[in-house]
Order: sequence, then C-alpha cells, then structure tokens
Amino acid sequence: METENVKPVREVVVPGDLLNEGDLKAGNGTYVLDGKIYASLLGVKSIASNYVNVIPLGGRYMPHPGDSVVGVVIDIGPSNWLVEINSPYPAPLHVNEVPWRVEFGDTARFLNLGQVILAKVLMVDETMKVQVTLNESGLRRLEGGHLVDISHSKVPRVIGKGGSMIQMIQNMTDCRIFVGQNGRIWIDGEMPNMLVAEEAIKMIAAEAHTNRLTERVKELLESRKTGLVE
Amino acid sequence: MITMSMESDIKFIDENGLRIDGRRPDELRHIKIEAGVLENADGSAYVEFGKNKVLAAVYGPRECHPRHLQNPSKAIIQCKYNMMTFSVSDRKRPGPDRRSVEISKIISEALESVVQTELFPRASIDVYMEILQANAGTRCAGLVAASVALADAGVPMKDIIPAIAVGKADGKLLLDLNKEEDNYGQADVPMAIIPKTGEVVLLQMDGHMTQEEFETALDMGIKACYEIYELQKDALKRRYAVETPEVEE
Amino acid sequence: MSRSIISEIRKNHIIELLKKGERMDGRAPMDLRDISIETNVVDSADGSARVRFGKTDVMVGIKLIIGTPFSDTPNKGVLTTGAELIPMGHSDFESGPPGEDAIELARVVDRGIRESGMVDVDKLCITPGESVWMCFIDIYALNYDGNLFDASNLAAVAALKTAVVPAAEAGKGENYPLPVTCTPISVTAAKIANTLILDPTFDEEMIASARLTVTTDENGDLRAMQKGGQGPLTVDEVKAVVNASREKGEEIRNIIG
Repeated sequence: METENVKPVREVVVPGDLLNEGDLKAGNGTYVLDGKIYASLLGVKSIASNYVNVIPLGGRYMPHPGDSVVGVVIDIGPSNWLVEINSPYPAPLHVNEVPWRVEFGDTARFLNLGQVILAKVLMVDETMKVQVTLNESGLRRLEGGHLVDISHSKVPRVIGKGGSMIQMIQNMTDCRIFVGQNGRIWIDGEMPNMLVAEEAIKMIAAEAHTNRLTERVKELLESRKTGLVE
Repeated sequence: MITMSMESDIKFIDENGLRIDGRRPDELRHIKIEAGVLENADGSAYVEFGKNKVLAAVYGPRECHPRHLQNPSKAIIQCKYNMMTFSVSDRKRPGPDRRSVEISKIISEALESVVQTELFPRASIDVYMEILQANAGTRCAGLVAASVALADAGVPMKDIIPAIAVGKADGKLLLDLNKEEDNYGQADVPMAIIPKTGEVVLLQMDGHMTQEEFETALDMGIKACYEIYELQKDALKRRYAVETPEVEE
Repeated sequence: MSRSIISEIRKNHIIELLKKGERMDGRAPMDLRDISIETNVVDSADGSARVRFGKTDVMVGIKLIIGTPFSDTPNKGVLTTGAELIPMGHSDFESGPPGEDAIELARVVDRGIRESGMVDVDKLCITPGESVWMCFIDIYALNYDGNLFDASNLAAVAALKTAVVPAAEAGKGENYPLPVTCTPISVTAAKIANTLILDPTFDEEMIASARLTVTTDENGDLRAMQKGGQGPLTVDEVKAVVNASREKGEEIRNIIG
C-alpha cells in the first residue's frame, strides 16, 4: 500500500487498464467498475494526493470557465462573432463581452474573419455551449507575431512548474509568449528569435513524456544563441 | 461473407490437421497493428490480418455535421467503412454500396458501447475505415483498427474492442477465415467483445451451423479476441515508449 | 472544399517570410519537400504506389479489366482516372461523391498521362472492336498538406510503371508488364502576394491567389497544364512556372527512375 507515495509514475496506460493500487481514489481520465479503477484514456498514469489520474497524451481541448485561450474569428453575426478555439465547440463572443461599443450590424469593423484574439472562457453549460469574453484586462486582439499549434495536453509542460519553462524561453529569445490553454501559442518578437522559440516549444510538445527535458531545451536555446537578434 | 456454398476440390484441412495456408484450425493469421500513422487525423491506426490491409482514422469529438443529427445529451459516432476500388480482385465501383452501409452501422454500434459519448453533448466522433487490400474478415480488421484509432485520438472509452470471425469449412470450425476458405465455406460468424466484461458488441452469422457448432465458434472467437486485445494495447503503448520512470513536474 | 479559415497572423507570417525568400518549413521558394515513393503496396491491385510530398500522402491503385473499346477507337485500350478526397485525409474533406476539387484533380492527372501517351493503349487490344484492356487509375488522398496534384501524378505514374497486365487470370496468355512509353511529371506552383513558390503546403495553398500545374515529359515538352485559383497570373509568371516545372520535373523523374 503506497498511500504516502506522491511521486508521479511515468507509465503509459490505455483505456481499460487496471489502475488500482491499494486505497487510491478515482481521478481524471478514469472510471470505476465493480469497485476497481480503470483508465479511460490513452495517457500517463499519475498518482497525487491519493488520487490516481490519467494524464492524456492527446485528445481534444475541452474548455473550462476561466481558461485563457487564443482563438480565431471564423464567423461574424450582427451582434456576435464565432471564435474557433481548437475544441469540438466553436465559441460565440457576444458584443456585450468586448471592451468596445459595437452597434448592431457593425461587428466586422471591430473583429474581422481570421483575426486572432486572446480571450477567456466565460462559461460552459451542460450541453457544452461555450462562451468567451474579451472583457478583462490583458485580453485583446493579437496582431503580428507568429502562431504555433500544439496538443492542449502538452500545455502544462510548455508552461513548466510555476511558469519556469516558458519564462526560460521568453528570456533566452527575448520574445513575448502567450500560451493558450487550448494549445494555441502566440509568439511576438524579432523574426529569427520567434522561430527559435517555436522550435523549443515544438520540442517540448514532442518529448513531453520524457525526462531531463528542461536541460535539453536549455541546450537548444543556447546553441541557437548566435542566430538571435538582440 | 459467404457468397455460395460451392463444391470445391480444395481440401481445407489436410491429413496433418493443417489449413491451406499452414495454420491450425484455431490459429490466427499474422497480425500487425500500428497506431498514429496519419498526420491530420486526431487518431489513426494501420492493421494487417494476413493479407488484409486496413487504415482507420478518427476525427473528433468535433462539431456534428449534419446539424440535424446532433444529440443534446451525448456525442454521436459516425462510422464509414469503405473498400478501395483495387482492394478486391474484381474492381469495386467507388462509393458506398449496401454492404458498406451495413458494416458501417454495426461497427458504429459496437463502438457506442464503450465510448463515453455522454462527455461530449452535441458533438460527433467520426471514424473512417479504408480497406486497401481485402482477404476476408475486413469488417473485423476494420473494427480492430477503429478501436485503436479512437484510443489514439484520446477519445475516452471504457475498453478497446477486438474483433474476429470464425467460420466453417469441410465441416470443421476455423478461426479467422482467409479469402479461399470464406469463398467455399459453409458458415461465417464475425464477432467483437468488450474484453473487460466479456460482453458481445458485434455479432453476425450466415451459413449453416448447429447450435453446438455456434457455441464452440463463439468460445474460439472470444479466446482469439483476447489475443488480439493484447496486440491492440501494445500498439498504443509502443507509440509512447518511455525510457525511464522518473519525471519532473 | 475548404471550410478551414487561416488566421491573419499565420497569413501575414507566411507573407513576411516570403519577402525574405523563406518559407515556414525552412524551404526556399523553388524547393520541393522530401519525396518518398513506395510501389507494389497492395497485391490485390495490378499496380499500386504510395507517394509522400512532405506530409501529403497519396495512394494510387491500378486495375486492369477486360471491356469493350470505344467505337471510335476499336483497337485501343481504355484509360480512366478517378480521385477521391476521402474524409480521413483532412477535416475539410466530406463524405460523399467526388466534388469539383476531386474531379479536377482526377482530370488533370489523367490529362498528363493521356496526352503523353504514357500508357501504350495500342498494345492493350485483345480482339479489335470487341475486347480491350481497360486501365483504371484510382487516386486516394490519405493525408492532405497541399499539392495533391503532384503527389497524385507521381503516385499514378509510379503505379503504372510497375503494373502488370493480369492476362493469365483472364485466360489471355501470360501476364506481362503494362506497356508504358514515358514518364510525365507534374510540378505545381502557387502565387502568394507576388511571389511564386513550388509544392505548396496546405497553409500556403489557403492564402495563394492562384496556382499553375505544368506536366512535362522527358524532352521537357509540355503535355498538360492547369491554372487554378481565383486570382490572375502575369505572362511572365506563367513562363517562370513552365521553366521551373521543366527543371524540377527532371529532378523528380530522376527519383522515380
């Protein structure tokens, strides 16, 4: 019985795998059948605070209220826009949820098709209808720069413990970086620097399940230092 | 699928109890399974059962098209099984035929029993299977591939579904018929199970069998399903083979 | 076909890079992606090939069937090309009969093969006026990341070059290699802002205003051409693409051998 063991174990599990170890409780990515806990996702088994979870290795981004997301406007109505946030459900952005005064039918003048925004998920109802908002400081239209798409499941790794990984990339490439919870990342800086930041992010996403990753990312950033613009 | 029970000069079991391809009656063909073989699809798998070659791809959960099929309480699973024109000896005209439509439906229903669709109201999980080369048992190979593709896509499911067909030729029950055996065979029973519970989620039968033969066939098939299940799980784990157990969080 | 919308940021990024002669995947404007060719992929087909241009992945199968010739060409075999943009290839592809994109793709690939006389249809006659070999070329887009034209053409050509006429099964003598005379290769260019690039990716195709596919033979002569897209091309641009296609066509021809 390992109730005091809080160190995550990097074991890849598949749907249907038995996860029980003693008195663990069922966490995310699991289900219970006849008192036993099984994995419901392809992912990595992780035990923390007495819960056994499965951290997904893939899968679609499912929005939660409060998530910061980078979205693309894909449709425009007279009193709202439809924002694609890389999830099964496109999210409406209502004129009441933006910091501008928008007249009925005038929506295209403020946000047009293809424009990118940093938004927050306002609410998600039981039928998964999602709404986003721009009505918070820091939220806005994003212009210029570069977008990188990764699986949402790798976002925690890209951010790192307490933001350490993303801070390292920002500092060493002198770029501003916003990481959307939906796996869409906006990078802004000098051109060659942005591409180095992208390379580092893609490396993290590809090798998220391995160890000593921080060291390898640091090595990569250092090796590219000569090509960077100050 | 049995076309006609025809008289044939072929001996399906020889004096050593071996089949025309050298297998024992309860032996599976060589199976190969690979997960994550396509770039755009959310999940994918490539499966070979002997000479069968099947590709499966999953997109979803995603917005449900057509809209009128949306279910406000859960995701729907839309399957499409298709044979490429050159997958069979007589070129198949492109487009769905009645057989493909039926197979798509029963595969979709098999998957419904394990996918946690209630987590994705109004969405659709789209599963596509293309048969590149056919040699009997394509619907089973298709379902085997589809299950792996769904797990690869990160779709939450209770279990992975293996499938296999048991047939009868020369009065003997044979596991995993190949094309020649299927063409001249006397019965064919494709099946699929939920390994965790042993429940049957796909079952068809055509031909002529006694009740006893059927029950033996069921046992034989279910036992083989557990073997296939291990191969499916292995294919998924191999995709993410990890070297060491430590991690920094 | 396309339901995807490309973001402004991605679009501007591509255009900014192009101003410096660079592309998102590190290529120069006239560079092709890595190309891989596999032949004899399935035994059930009389010829088959799977070709990749970067992440674009296309499969072609050939089926040779005995049928009746057209009345105006009683001594010649029949060539038919079809293409399907199957839904597994991209989230924008829908189930259903081939739409205008799939049909255009099939007809452009067909044109290059037919007009170059690659398949020697004179040698596919069994009984004049009664029975000939019909050659079916079927194209499937397994993964779409731009430039289906060139990947499909190359896969069709590779499949034809390794195809075998199944005469024995039909009781018409022994099997023999499908008689082919030449190797038509297509090269596609896309126009973004005022820059021409070859072998566009999906994102590049999304923002391109026009494209031009040029199919050449071993002599560098032109066999087929197709302009697509809603924007115009200048005469100089057309000539530049023809030049590039002759040169790159030869490069691709060397890969296929």
